[in-house]
Amino acid sequence: MVERVSPLGEAFRPGTYGNLAEGPGVTLTEATPAAIAEASAFPGSTEPLLAAIETVTGLSLPATPGAGAVGDGAAVFAIGPGRYLVSGAEGLSASLQAAVALDIGTVTDLSHGRAALRIAGPRAEWVLAKLFALDFSPAAFPVGEGRATAHHDVFAHIQRTGGDQFDIYVFRSFARAFWQELCAAAEETGYEVG
Amino acid sequence: MLIPCPHCGPRDVSEFSYQGDATRTRPDPASTDMKAWHDYVYNRPNPAGPHREYWQHAGGCRVHLLLTRDTLTHEVQAVAFARAGLNEGAGKP
Repeated sequence: MVERVSPLGEAFRPGTYGNLAEGPGVTLTEATPAAIAEASAFPGSTEPLLAAIETVTGLSLPATPGAGAVGDGAAVFAIGPGRYLVSGAEGLSASLQAAVALDIGTVTDLSHGRAALRIAGPRAEWVLAKLFALDFSPAAFPVGEGRATAHHDVFAHIQRTGGDQFDIYVFRSFARAFWQELCAAAEETGYEVG
Repeated sequence: MLIPCPHCGPRDVSEFSYQGDATRTRPDPASTDMKAWHDYVYNRPNPAGPHREYWQHAGGCRVHLLLTRDTLTHEVQAVAFARAGLNEGAGKP
């Protein structure tokens, strides 16, 4: 088994930084799960695909745009019509591939292609609103839901995984640059890396 | 300019890439009518007003859209998924 190395490298420096007058407003961490996969339904097969995802992860979600769910050790959210980003423990991709029949859709393992960065804290919505033209308020972006967007051509899949917590999935090769961007955006509110 | 993606809701134009004129119809591949092929490949009407065009939400859900856009005002008058089957039951978040 190849040991996975964090794409953040020396840019990941635990500590507190920025404007700490009111304490750190956000906490930044790397939250890359052991396995990440994209499950895509063939036209008209979204419902059976969601049933297969539920069988594997135990998470059920409606076939509506932006829908998602977070559970113990797994998360899933829509990134396009009939397309879902699923994350979880080692072996997730193989389980999904076994559960998704050939006539329903496809499963692509992205574990080594994506990194997940987590921003949490009372100012998380504020910091993210600087980077993305999305409404991050809880009414428009409830817990569990996901959005597919981009920050200056860095594609980002964002899921709200808690009341004031978001996981941002970016291409692994962009992770360090985007991490530094996230740190710069959080200077104003102060941030803790841990 | 905002494009109201039927899947993602209104998003900035920077997330989209233009995929071309949607008013063209391809001649029969067996045709040897040079005028018809020349019109299909090269000639564009460039209207000042409503225009049907393809866009891809490349920086989002990645689907192709078919929209009617006013080239004078950038107002998007109609938008739908380019793949007709996706338009059934689709709603925005």
